[in-house]
Amino acid sequence: MADVKATMEHEVKIGLEIHCQLTNLKTKLFCGCSADYRKDPPNTHLCPVCLGLPGSLPVLNASAVEDATMVALALGCEIQKLNYSYRKNYYYPDMPKNFQISQYDRAGAVPFAVKGKVIIRAEDASKDIHITRIQIEEDPGKLSYLGTIDTSPYTLVDYNRAGIGLLEIVTEPVLESPQQARVFLQKLRSILEHLGVSDGGLEGAMRCDANISLAGGKRVEVKNISSFKEVERALSFEISRQRSLLAKGVSISMETRHWDDVRRVTVSLRTKEEEHDYRYFPEADLVPISLTEEYLEAIRAKMPELPDARAERFIKQYGLPEYDAGVLTGEKGLADFFEECARLYERPKEVSNWIMTDLLRWLHEEDVEIGESKVLPAGLVEMLRLIGDGTISGKIAKTVLREMVKTGRGPREIVEERGLLRIASEKQVRALVDRVFEENPKAVQDALTDEKAVHFLVGQVMRLTKGKADPELTNRIVRRKLAERTGKA
Amino acid sequence: MMDKGERGRISKKQVEHIAELARIELSEEEKRLFTEQLNEILDYFKVLDEADTKDVQPMLSVLGLRDVWRGDVPCPCLPVEEALQNAPRKEKGHIKAPKIA
Amino acid sequence: MSNLYALTAREVVSRVTSGTLSAEEYVDAVLSRIRDMDDKVYAFLTIMEADARAKAKEIDAKAKSGKPLGRLAGVTVALKDNLCTRGVPTTCSSRMLGNFKPPYDAKVVERLRKEDAIIIGKTNMDEFAMGTSTETSYFGPTRNPWDLDYVPGGSSGGSAAAVAAREAPLALGSDTGGSVRCPASFCSLVGLKPTYGLVSRYGLIAYANSLEQIGPITRDVFDCALLLDAIAGHDPRDSTSSPTTPKNHVKSIEEPVDGLRVGVPKEFFGEGVDPAVSREVGRGIARLEEAGATSLELSLPSLRYALAAYYIVAMSEASSNLARYDGVRYGYNNLQPNDDWNTFFSRNRREGFGPEVRRRIILGTYALSAGYYNRYYLKALQVRTLIREDFEEAFKSCDILAGPTMPVLPFKLGEKVSDPLALYMCDILTVPANLVGCPAISVPCALVDGLPVGLQMMAPFFREDLLLRAGRVVAEGFQGGWPM
Repeated sequence: MADVKATMEHEVKIGLEIHCQLTNLKTKLFCGCSADYRKDPPNTHLCPVCLGLPGSLPVLNASAVEDATMVALALGCEIQKLNYSYRKNYYYPDMPKNFQISQYDRAGAVPFAVKGKVIIRAEDASKDIHITRIQIEEDPGKLSYLGTIDTSPYTLVDYNRAGIGLLEIVTEPVLESPQQARVFLQKLRSILEHLGVSDGGLEGAMRCDANISLAGGKRVEVKNISSFKEVERALSFEISRQRSLLAKGVSISMETRHWDDVRRVTVSLRTKEEEHDYRYFPEADLVPISLTEEYLEAIRAKMPELPDARAERFIKQYGLPEYDAGVLTGEKGLADFFEECARLYERPKEVSNWIMTDLLRWLHEEDVEIGESKVLPAGLVEMLRLIGDGTISGKIAKTVLREMVKTGRGPREIVEERGLLRIASEKQVRALVDRVFEENPKAVQDALTDEKAVHFLVGQVMRLTKGKADPELTNRIVRRKLAERTGKA
Repeated sequence: MMDKGERGRISKKQVEHIAELARIELSEEEKRLFTEQLNEILDYFKVLDEADTKDVQPMLSVLGLRDVWRGDVPCPCLPVEEALQNAPRKEKGHIKAPKIA
Repeated sequence: MSNLYALTAREVVSRVTSGTLSAEEYVDAVLSRIRDMDDKVYAFLTIMEADARAKAKEIDAKAKSGKPLGRLAGVTVALKDNLCTRGVPTTCSSRMLGNFKPPYDAKVVERLRKEDAIIIGKTNMDEFAMGTSTETSYFGPTRNPWDLDYVPGGSSGGSAAAVAAREAPLALGSDTGGSVRCPASFCSLVGLKPTYGLVSRYGLIAYANSLEQIGPITRDVFDCALLLDAIAGHDPRDSTSSPTTPKNHVKSIEEPVDGLRVGVPKEFFGEGVDPAVSREVGRGIARLEEAGATSLELSLPSLRYALAAYYIVAMSEASSNLARYDGVRYGYNNLQPNDDWNTFFSRNRREGFGPEVRRRIILGTYALSAGYYNRYYLKALQVRTLIREDFEEAFKSCDILAGPTMPVLPFKLGEKVSDPLALYMCDILTVPANLVGCPAISVPCALVDGLPVGLQMMAPFFREDLLLRAGRVVAEGFQGGWPM
């Protein structure tokens, strides 16, 4: 894939439109159907309202308004004191009413909140990502096909998701690379998870569309990016695609493209401008939302700790460096894991090191998120204590941890089963050193004058014991024995 | 963008375009008839141009209600059979719609 | 026995509650009457015979066991076919919903059942409530019991004809631009459009949701008050439902009209109103004055924009409210092999909707479309404010407004069907109340050559009591009898 770092030649502008499900709500946005639909059979979470039956009417979920308020406050937005619901009219089988109740920001319409920002760290600098607006809207149902969308003879619809509450968060086109986009989305997810309004790990809970333009040219919209992981890939592909067209002298036209995550390409959708005429007009079955100062104060008072504040606290409370605090609070699950460990163990920096390097590395290898980790804080702490009391060496601990991540078994069990106990008795190590001296007479001779040969001998002991020998002790004994020989000679 | 034609009048082409936007098929005869009838009605609507609405707020909601909300408390759903009873085509618990493409 | 159908609703309630009338006997008589009349009138699409008999049995058992009965005990009620009745066809007189059976009851239906009313059947209407004569029904027109060659009015024509033919003493209709008041006027009945938000719209299949209300159609104001009290009140499932506790309208109806100030907008008697209608309504207003009211002429200049504003708002909302009818979850579905989504959708709607519905959806889509939204939809909402301001000003100097309900006498079937605009013009006097949201009533005023004339009155929000009181006086001065 071509290098997509921003250059003066083709300045990249990316704007994101993120849809986040309010996954902590117990019911849907406009009706009392249970919102916990993911494990249930199709069409089992329905009522006249979310099925769009004739005669049904929507009633807004009060907790959704609270959630939206918290997000707006956390992102530093101006909450619009009087905001309205609007209908977005379009026809698709996943739309029970063939319109979506949403909000709008033109022609007199007022969305929930505007003009916020999220600060990210990208390329060692701070960058402000401006938020254009936040609005409350409902999710459509889910479609599935026999084969692909192009070849299926029919469309199957499950309306369980129809009516689930969403927040639409739209950024200004100020992101400059796919990497920045990823960093921003991670930060946003961390904020939403810290607020407790959305669990980004749930399938379909956070989706994203992107707008990309190069060199001040026309905007291309890329839809159907189904997870945050896919965002960087999709954006990289699209920027490459546009770059090669521009290099050939072809100009980019304004269009909508669809991200195919199987073939990993963007494909053009048939898009005439007219097809986007959503004929927005006010939703007469709902009344406006007007938030008083008292309401906002009450929400402010009970807002949970946000990632940036938590990072500062990590620095003060645990003495962590800024870098560590930033990484750990980048994901709520990670920060929670750390704090639980810190509760059980006296050396937070040690915990932080192990989490940031080895634990994350092994989790990534297993393609597992911290929330699904088989290793729990107590397990990691147990392992650290084994290092601390000399049972295993730090080097061995790395492999132990890998095994813990893979299997979920405790450190002690793994150490015993694989005989990984550190060899720390003088008697044992002397015997091992003797054996190595016997097998490597030339090295022993060299070691009397060459430091490198000394290291080699120590290394041979480690190799023989598969890393279990205590390195410090081994080193001392090797040198003592060499010294003895010198003495003798 | 649609071709705008004479102000306050709608052409047959516009009627065709709107019918497509509204997803309603029209026969040739209906296109002709509707164009005629819609223009008659639009001619009548021209009276609104005479109303002085400068600085007048649009009114949608007559009672001025605000903040009508419901607590986040689950209610019983429709049993699957009832939810699907009026659907003409179903398969494995899903509702079946025509293919998209 | 044979004249039981002639009892008013309150007489039925009184007798069933006191045990002097068996609900089963009464229902039997009503069903018999419907059998005799409906071949000619064609008010009903569905007659809920089994349900009605079962409910009647239940009520009689309840009465015998001494348990308290609801305030509509034993009364038969006819419901317009856009009110959802669980398990019973609710078609909106459209091919599109010809086979639709809702899995739930509308809120008003729940309230009726709770008050021990007996739902006797679903009545014919203009398709999706779009019309002024009940001629756009997919199932054929209803006829006016006063003269079977004439329209009963619309869109709640079936409900009105059922009451006028004394097939049921009570009926519910819906009123978006006059659809309760117009057929009440054409059939010489009392028809009330409540204040917007007084009656829950949950379960009313929507045509234009910022304009419509469910309203009673009855023989007299007393039955109207009884039915209104049974259905009014806040519903948490309707966000636009008023939290105000409704008045007791039955209690306030006997109060005198002394000192009542009746405003008479000159725009209601202008050109376009049949002189015979003007004359009779004038006499009706005089009756109010004889009873102690005073009248004063005034002008509401923005009324000249009302009809255009109404149709733009109604059609715009309709174009969106009817978008859901795609045959996937319910309704008419004539899928052909190889149909893709858009092709199917467009053809299915052409086959499922009649021409008037399609005309309004197309005009509504146009009025909301990019480039036209400001000129039509937004403008109409601004005009709505102007009309509301005129009304607020008028209600400073008068308590109610009065005029004719319809600008014309009932017309013959087929007379106006090929001229949509001519039909729209019939709504010119009724639409202002929907735009403003204020309550409005039509009461029988006179007969001209055997055809009914209705007098319309409007009042400030939640003053249905004034309308019923004044309505009593106007109707008392006119004894029209019954056509059949």
